[in-house]
Amino acid sequence: MKYSGRFGQFGGFYVPEVLIPALEEMEKAFYQYYRDKKFTAELDTLYRDYAGRPTPLYLATRFSELVGFKVYIKREDLLHGGAHKVNNCLGQGLLAKYMGKTKLIAETGAGQHGLATSMIGALFGMQTKIFMGSIDIERQSVNVHKMKLCGAEIVSVTGGTCTLKDAINEALRYWTSNVADTFYLFGTACGPHPYPTIVKHFQSCIGIEARAQCLEKIGRLPDIVTACVGGGSNAIGIFSAFLDDKNVKLIGIEPAGKGLKTGRHAAPLAAGTVGILHGTKMYLMQDKYGQILDTESISAGLDYPGVGPEHCLLKDTKRAQYFAVEDRDVLDVFDIFTKCEGILPALESTHALAWVYSQKDKMPADTIVVVNLSGRGDKDVDIVERNRNPAPSKHSS
Amino acid sequence: MKTYKQTFAELKRAALIPFFVIGDPDFDTSLEIIKAAIDAGADILELGIPFSDPIADGPVIQKADIRALAAGMDIEKAKDFIAKIKSYRDIPIGLLMYYNLIFQYGIEKFFADFAKAGVNSVLVADLSIDDVDEIYTPARKAGLDTVFMVTPNTETDRAKKIASKCTGFIYTVSLLGVTGGRETLSDMVKPLIAKLKSITDVPVCVGFGVSKPQHAVELAKAGADGVIIGSRIVKIIEDNLSDKKSIPAKVSEFLADVKKQLG
Ligand SMILES: Cc1ncc(COP(=O)(O)O)c(C=O)c1O
Repeated sequence: MKYSGRFGQFGGFYVPEVLIPALEEMEKAFYQYYRDKKFTAELDTLYRDYAGRPTPLYLATRFSELVGFKVYIKREDLLHGGAHKVNNCLGQGLLAKYMGKTKLIAETGAGQHGLATSMIGALFGMQTKIFMGSIDIERQSVNVHKMKLCGAEIVSVTGGTCTLKDAINEALRYWTSNVADTFYLFGTACGPHPYPTIVKHFQSCIGIEARAQCLEKIGRLPDIVTACVGGGSNAIGIFSAFLDDKNVKLIGIEPAGKGLKTGRHAAPLAAGTVGILHGTKMYLMQDKYGQILDTESISAGLDYPGVGPEHCLLKDTKRAQYFAVEDRDVLDVFDIFTKCEGILPALESTHALAWVYSQKDKMPADTIVVVNLSGRGDKDVDIVERNRNPAPSKHSS
Repeated sequence: MKTYKQTFAELKRAALIPFFVIGDPDFDTSLEIIKAAIDAGADILELGIPFSDPIADGPVIQKADIRALAAGMDIEKAKDFIAKIKSYRDIPIGLLMYYNLIFQYGIEKFFADFAKAGVNSVLVADLSIDDVDEIYTPARKAGLDTVFMVTPNTETDRAKKIASKCTGFIYTVSLLGVTGGRETLSDMVKPLIAKLKSITDVPVCVGFGVSKPQHAVELAKAGADGVIIGSRIVKIIEDNLSDKKSIPAKVSEFLADVKKQLG
């Protein structure tokens, strides 16, 4: 490997020897093509004509009135496929094509990354296999159907907690046996080097656009940029453009599930310790022996015990702050935001909105907050129904 | 304490190296099974400390990890377990495990404590030669030998580098894939053994997919200094959970057969 893939003490590539040649090949291809004229021109065209970039920056007027400061929404939910995942999938998929790979595999939690990979598999005519926990298959069945319609094969994973972590385990095992012709299209800014760097690069379009849109529309940079954090790809995608803008606060929101005190959550930055899983050193939910703990979140896309290594460093250096919000607040704000704006946010993205809502009347009226709305909530309608908070929220009008 | 060096020097044939997950299916049964394996002629033991997310392992060993964890195995008990085996017989023991368990225990302390318990080497499945510095010195300081993996897709220069860091033996992965029984040997393994033999004097032990006495014989003929049999034996445990008392004899029978055919 040419680079260490470290973010301070975090990151690296802690994988079995058999995967090293595949990661080396990927690192080499990435650095060969990511600035290549032909590659970037092709990717830009796909971003524009296939995915629908640039996405708008929208002033959520009624939600702003409700919370008492200005909330701008980066509309990644409007992308083809319904989430930011397509940015990364087009980038990595094109890389796979340039590398001459003919098969794609991917893990998925919410099904958004699986769907985006399936779309790109169809687009490039590549055979696609999606690994998905059996519980997630159940709770995100709409996306499962869509993936199949795109021609992907779904592999149901029953190990462990039957969620995203186990899907990654199984995808890694499958890759081990099929390294020669298969490209593992990893879904988030986590995992072994070079994935955190590659995924960040292909998601950085979110931040680059958002920053330019702020300057153009508002005439200044925002005070706060916030995003939900699962593995960390949509958050690092929007944060990356603002890292050098010291006056812009970067705030990542993790899922507190049933509550941090209950242990039933998926918030390693808030309540984890440093460890190694899936090829990277990161904050991790584990017991004192290093066994990985079960996680819980209403949003399948955030239900993961680790978090991307760059976020771990941003937390330690305090360049970004991370908070966690509970399922019940997410459900409340899902209703509140939808009723205000007529936009259904993905439950993942709703975590960021719920944090914004928690700041209601606490910030000056001229405060400008940009929320990365990483995906749309169509896939979550059933879950919201099933889990609706017993007492209707007093805030929903 | 018996070293790998002594063991390989004494043997006139390939070493028989069974793999077990410590505490599978429970502490006491696991101990009886491993004693039986020693009595049946195991030359070296390869032991795993169970981990919740073993990405280099196929379904059989994954289930063994889950069984052992469910029965309460943890790293402290694993230490006692090893000491108990060493008091039964002075046989070389290599650990095969995942990095996070070592990292949480404390790297230096882990190697020191497990050296004291009687371990000869620790192979970390998810730590490659690129990060050798994280464990090499602590391991050597504790008096342990080092073992790293070479796979069929490892380039020759890299294999040389890996060999130069192995003081115990080279763990030679016979195929591209995870652990698990296979009907036939991979056609990649013999060229790999030949390649390793041409670049190093360190003993070459072959594992992953070795499932039949005939596989062991073939590998030995191809020049392997040791054969590691994992999933095939762990499967005997899985298949006899309803009659745990019968497992040691069944494991013993299988290993005795392999041993006989190895000559
Ligand atoms: C809409 C949406 N947002 C966010 C995430 C979380 O991933 P990440 O933290 O990589 O952005 C997912 C994952 O499935 C998702 O579908």
